[in-house]
Amino acid sequence: MGIELRNITKKFATYTALDNINLNINSGELIALLGPSGCGKTTLLRIIAGLELPNSGQILLDNKDTTNLPPRKKNVGFVFQHYALFRRLNVFENVAFGLKVLPWRERPSRSEIQKRVEHLLTLVQMEWAMKRYPSQLSGGQRQRVALARALAVNPKVLLLDEPFSALDAKVRQELRRWLRKLHEEIHVTSIFVTHDQEEALELADRIVVVNKGRIEQEGTPQEVYDQPANAFVYNFLGNVNVFHGRINKGKVTLGNHQFDAPEELKNLEEKPSQSFVRPHEIGISRIQSSDSDLLGTIREVRLLGGQIGLNLECEGLDLPIEAEIPREHYINLQLARGEKVYVTLNRVKVFTGDYEI
Amino acid sequence: MLKQTTQASPPVLKKRISDPRWVQILLIGLMLLFFTGFIFLPLALVFAQAFQKGWSFYLESIREPYAVEAIKLTLLTTAVVVPLNAVFGLSAAWAITKFNFAGKTALKSLLDLPFAVSPVIAGLIFVLLVGSRTPFGSWLGEHGIKIIFSTPGIIIATLFVTFPFVARELIPLMEAQGRDEEEAAVTLGARGWQIFGIITLPNIRLGLLYGMILCSARSIGEFGAVSVVSGHIRGQTNTIPLHVEILYSEYNFTASFAVASLLVFLALLTVVLKSSLEKQFQNNSLEH
Repeated sequence: MGIELRNITKKFATYTALDNINLNINSGELIALLGPSGCGKTTLLRIIAGLELPNSGQILLDNKDTTNLPPRKKNVGFVFQHYALFRRLNVFENVAFGLKVLPWRERPSRSEIQKRVEHLLTLVQMEWAMKRYPSQLSGGQRQRVALARALAVNPKVLLLDEPFSALDAKVRQELRRWLRKLHEEIHVTSIFVTHDQEEALELADRIVVVNKGRIEQEGTPQEVYDQPANAFVYNFLGNVNVFHGRINKGKVTLGNHQFDAPEELKNLEEKPSQSFVRPHEIGISRIQSSDSDLLGTIREVRLLGGQIGLNLECEGLDLPIEAEIPREHYINLQLARGEKVYVTLNRVKVFTGDYEI
Repeated sequence: MLKQTTQASPPVLKKRISDPRWVQILLIGLMLLFFTGFIFLPLALVFAQAFQKGWSFYLESIREPYAVEAIKLTLLTTAVVVPLNAVFGLSAAWAITKFNFAGKTALKSLLDLPFAVSPVIAGLIFVLLVGSRTPFGSWLGEHGIKIIFSTPGIIIATLFVTFPFVARELIPLMEAQGRDEEEAAVTLGARGWQIFGIITLPNIRLGLLYGMILCSARSIGEFGAVSVVSGHIRGQTNTIPLHVEILYSEYNFTASFAVASLLVFLALLTVVLKSSLEKQFQNNSLEH
């Protein structure tokens, strides 16, 4: 079941939540809508579900225009951030709800409903809780029941609105992997909204990065991570060091330090630029390996699980640099606070324009 | 490296914040004084007066035809007003909490108007609106419909005065519950009436009952507004409170208090129902 969004625009009283969104989603894909809070990603999801109407634009499900269909006729499953389980119904009745409200000609028989609900609850590993009420379940359990409930009506599309954000880190990670596995089993076209780049990178077939009501970039996790379209995407997909400098005739100037500009920006005349480097792509060494290395002083050392975080003050740069190196490397170099090291900036991304973080 | 330095806290948690003893005693004493002066004593007096001339006189006072008519009218009014206001209140609460529309805030504050306005003024409003000297009233009169000085007027006045109870009970409840469950139901294919019957109504049923109990208590006891529109016709437009007042002004104290004791019984019944519902509320919020 493919989804096509054409020129979707949604305005609220004082601001534009979605500005001319165009997006194609292939059948069976698992898509992440990734963006900061307030960027419009949840609104987009609610529009696809029919819970909101766009001011203009069309939504096509399987090439059929469903823009103005009421939500109950759209046949989409929706999973809410705060579960939205029916508090007066037990787990079984919650999952059976979508089947029991069908017009009687389409409604499965009692025993079929029983069978289907049991099957779904087994799928989400909640079959033991059939007679429980939502309030007797943990957050992760509730969300799994909510998922079973959404799947009960055989939705053509599954929409998940920040499904794991209300859960604690450990459960979140577990459910993430579990959802990935579930998607491989049932292959229903799914869109999930998240502000967590790790979640998007780990789960999605394709990531759509949204900011201020617009799509900044779409692509596989690899593409988005390795070839970010702009400074926003690069910054949003992980920790970064930002250097504000100038670009001129193939050279980027940072403080009193210069290096070659990337190929596509070679011909630019004098312009402000931002250069980005990810902390884990910074090389730390005792010996200078090239002229472009910077001399830095270690100001702070932090333990980050398997990695060591270094805060470095570099000659010629006004802002400190954050670097992450493997713990082993750190031990081999016998580094400590206050020592001087050579800093190599690998895979520097240079963007021009006046983007601000 | 980390040593277990903190000991487990003692099993009995002593309350750190507690008012001094004399403050507690003073407050409890004041409250008891108030309750004695304004509730226990008057209550005792009502019954003492009511039974002053004995059990048989008491029974006679409440079985006398005019009293019976007043009781019937009060029960009829309540039976009409409470369901109607349950429906109105539910619609108002539904509209205010589930939709967005212009003038929503204004509507929400207007809901309190019947509480803010003196009941006598409320009664007068209806006399001015549909009294026999007004164009609308005389038009109704020509068609044989009498509102003021008859039962419809009493019902309308009571409707107005008791309108806010259900809505005021439901609005905070429905606001706290949000629209999530309804939205989930609609994406699962449910129709409006199914959502209302299976999801919304069960979620608010205790609040609704609570509002209806308060509404009945007020409709039974309403005096001011009803007094203006009723015309005090014995055996026809007298409700229990009006009947009590008439007996009292005729110096028939014992009969007056006998009938008044019925109102006290109804009030006590309301309080009991109300507190048992409150207990259920608590159990419910604990369980679900």
